[in-house]
Amino acid sequence: MTHTGTPLVELRDISIAFGGIKAVDRVSVDLYPGEVVGLLGHNGAGKSTLIKCLSGAYQADSGEIFVNGEKVTINNPRDARNHNIETIYQTLALADNLDAASNLFLGRELVNNIGFVDDAQMEAETRKIMHRLNPNFKKFADPVSALSGGQRQSVAIARAVYFNAKILIMDEPTAALGPQETKMVSELVQELKRQGLGIFLISHDIHDVMELCDRVSVMKNGQLVGTENVADVTDDEILSMIILGKKPERAA
Amino acid sequence: MTETITPSATQPKPQDGLVTRFLKATELDTRLIGMVGALALIWIGFHMYGALVNGYGAFLTPRNLWNLSVQTSSIGIMATGMVLVIITRHIDLSVGSVLGFCAVIMGMLQVYILPQFLGLGHWSIWIIAVIAGVTTGAIVGAIQGALIAYLQIPAFIVTLGGLLVWRGAAFLVARGETISPVDATFTLLGGGPYGAIGATGSWIVGLLACAAIIALVLNGRRSRRKFKFALRPVWADTFLAVLGCSVAIGAVLLVNSYPWPKGIVRQYVEREGLEMPEGGMFISHGFAIPVLILITVGILMTILTNRTRFGRYVFAIGGNPEAAELAGINTRMMTVKIFALMGFLAGLSAVVASARLNSATNALGTLDELYVIAAAVIGGTSLAGGVGTIYGAILGALVMQSLQTGMVLIGFDAAIQQVVVGSVLVLAVYLDILYRRKSK
Repeated sequence: MTHTGTPLVELRDISIAFGGIKAVDRVSVDLYPGEVVGLLGHNGAGKSTLIKCLSGAYQADSGEIFVNGEKVTINNPRDARNHNIETIYQTLALADNLDAASNLFLGRELVNNIGFVDDAQMEAETRKIMHRLNPNFKKFADPVSALSGGQRQSVAIARAVYFNAKILIMDEPTAALGPQETKMVSELVQELKRQGLGIFLISHDIHDVMELCDRVSVMKNGQLVGTENVADVTDDEILSMIILGKKPERAA
Repeated sequence: MTETITPSATQPKPQDGLVTRFLKATELDTRLIGMVGALALIWIGFHMYGALVNGYGAFLTPRNLWNLSVQTSSIGIMATGMVLVIITRHIDLSVGSVLGFCAVIMGMLQVYILPQFLGLGHWSIWIIAVIAGVTTGAIVGAIQGALIAYLQIPAFIVTLGGLLVWRGAAFLVARGETISPVDATFTLLGGGPYGAIGATGSWIVGLLACAAIIALVLNGRRSRRKFKFALRPVWADTFLAVLGCSVAIGAVLLVNSYPWPKGIVRQYVEREGLEMPEGGMFISHGFAIPVLILITVGILMTILTNRTRFGRYVFAIGGNPEAAELAGINTRMMTVKIFALMGFLAGLSAVVASARLNSATNALGTLDELYVIAAAVIGGTSLAGGVGTIYGAILGALVMQSLQTGMVLIGFDAAIQQVVVGSVLVLAVYLDILYRRKSK
C-alpha cells in the first residue's frame, strides 16, 4: 500500500533514555487516516515507551512529533488529548474505586449549568456507548474493581472511543481477554478504521497483527528494524524481524 | 422510545429478608447505620453507668449534649479536610500545630496590632482576624502541599516536620504568652450562651433543614425519572424524608431545652433593664455558632467531594494515581490544593478553638492531629486511599468526643481515658476491615 498526502501522525527520530539505557533510539514511524499500524517486538523492545511519548506519559529526549503535518509538543496526557490522541493502556489505567461512568469521563466530566458534575447524564451516556460496544455490560453502579477483565477493557475502550479520537493507541488490547471479547475488539478496530481513524496497535500476538493491521513496524532493542506492508510479508518473515532483527530480503 | 427502565443493582429480590429489603429500598449505607448504632451504644452506656454507679446519669441531658456538640466542632471541621488528604493516600500530622499557629496569629492581631490602628473593640477586628487566620492556614497548607507534590518528599515527613515547625513558630510569635482577651464579637464564634442563636433562630434553621431534605428527596426522584433509572419505592423516600426531618426537629427541641445559666440571665436582664419575672427566665441556648459552622463546613465539603470535578479527582487519585495522571489530571496541583484546603480548615478550627477559650496560646490544638486522623479513620476513611465520606468523619469526631466527654462525666481519670480512646481506635479500624472484607 502506498500513501500520498500528509500522514495523520508522524514520529520522527524519537529517542528516550532511562539512566543511560536507550529505551528508544532514533525511531521514526508514521500513520495515515483509516490505517492500522502494528508495533511488534519482544518485551522491552521499546514499543510501549515509544508510544508513551505520543500519548504524553513520557517526554522524548529528542525527536519530533507531527500531527497532520504540523509540529506539535506533547508534554503531558492533556496535550495529547487536545490533539485528539486517545490511548488504551495495557494496564487500562482505571480508577478501581470509581464506577464505569466516572472512569469514562475522568478528566472530562460533564457538568450542569452551575458547574456540578452531572452523574445522571454521564451514566446515561455511558449506558448508550456501552450498549453499542458491549451489550452485556450491566454493572453501571459498581466500582470497576468489581468488573471482569473484559468488562474493564470495554470501559477503557469506551473512554477512548467516546471522545471522537482521530488517533487511537491500543497497547495490548486483547492480552487479558477471552475469545468472545477479542472478537469484539477486532470488530471495533475494523469499524473505527472505516470511520477514518488512525490506529497504532501494540501487540505480542502476530496473528492479531496480521489480521488487523495494514502495516507493521518491528522494534528490537530500542531500534526500528523496519516497517513493512502486511500484504507483502509472511508470518515467518515478521518473526525473523522480531527475533533476529533482520529485514526480509526480497528482489525490488 | 422502547427502552425499558433499567433495573438498579439494588433491586430487592423476593427471597431477601425484611431487613435486607428495607436496606435495599432505602439505599441507606449500612456503615452509617452501624456508626449511629455505636454512637447510641456509647451514649446510653455512659448514661446508664452514671445513673447506676454515681446515682446520676449526666450524659443524656440537654446540657451535656449541647456541650458535646460544641466540643466536637473544632475536631469535626478539620476531620472533613483530613478525609480528602487520606483519600489521596497522604497524611497530615501538622494540623494541631497549624491550628495553634493560626490561633496565635489571630490573637496577636486582635490584641496587639489591630487595636492600635482601629481602636479597641472596632467592629471589623473580628472579620480581619478570621480572614487572616484562615489565610495563614491555607498558605501553610499550600507550602506543605508543594513540598509533597513538587519535591516529592513524603507527606508523613513534611507534616511531621510541620508539626514541630508550626508549634515552635507559634511559641516564637506569642513569646510563650497567653494572648487574651480576644475581641468580644470574635468570642461568639466559639459558642457559649451569647454565641448561640436562641430558640427562634434554631427553629428557622431546623425548618430550613427540613425543607432542604424534602427538596433533596424530590429532586432525586425527578432526576432518576428523567434518565429512566429505577425509583426508590415511595414509602422508602417518605421514610427517609420523615427520618431526616425528625432528626432536624429533634435537634432543635434538644438545644432549645438547654437554658442559659441563672447568672447569665441575671446579667442579661440587668443590662437590658428588664424586670426579672418570678421564678427566673427561661432563655434557650439554641444551636451554638461553632456547631453551625461545622454543619456548614460539612455540607460544603460534601458538595465539594460528591458534586464537583475537584472531588471526583480526589477519589480518582486515591484509587489509582497513575490513571488519574494519564487521564490528564494535574495531580501535583491537586495535592497542593488539598493541603491548602486542609490548612484553611485548620485555620477555621483555630477560630472556633481560640474563641471558645477567649484566648490564644501556643499550646492550642496540641495532639489534635491524632484525634482528627482518628475521627476520619473511625468514620470509614481508608488509609489505603480512595474511600471515605465527610459525614463519616463528622460522626467519627462525635464518637471520639463522646468517649472523651463520657469518661470525664463518670469520673475516669486521664490515664484511663487515653487507654480507652486508643483501644477504641484500633478496634474501630479492625471492625471496618471486617466490614469491607464481608461486603466485597
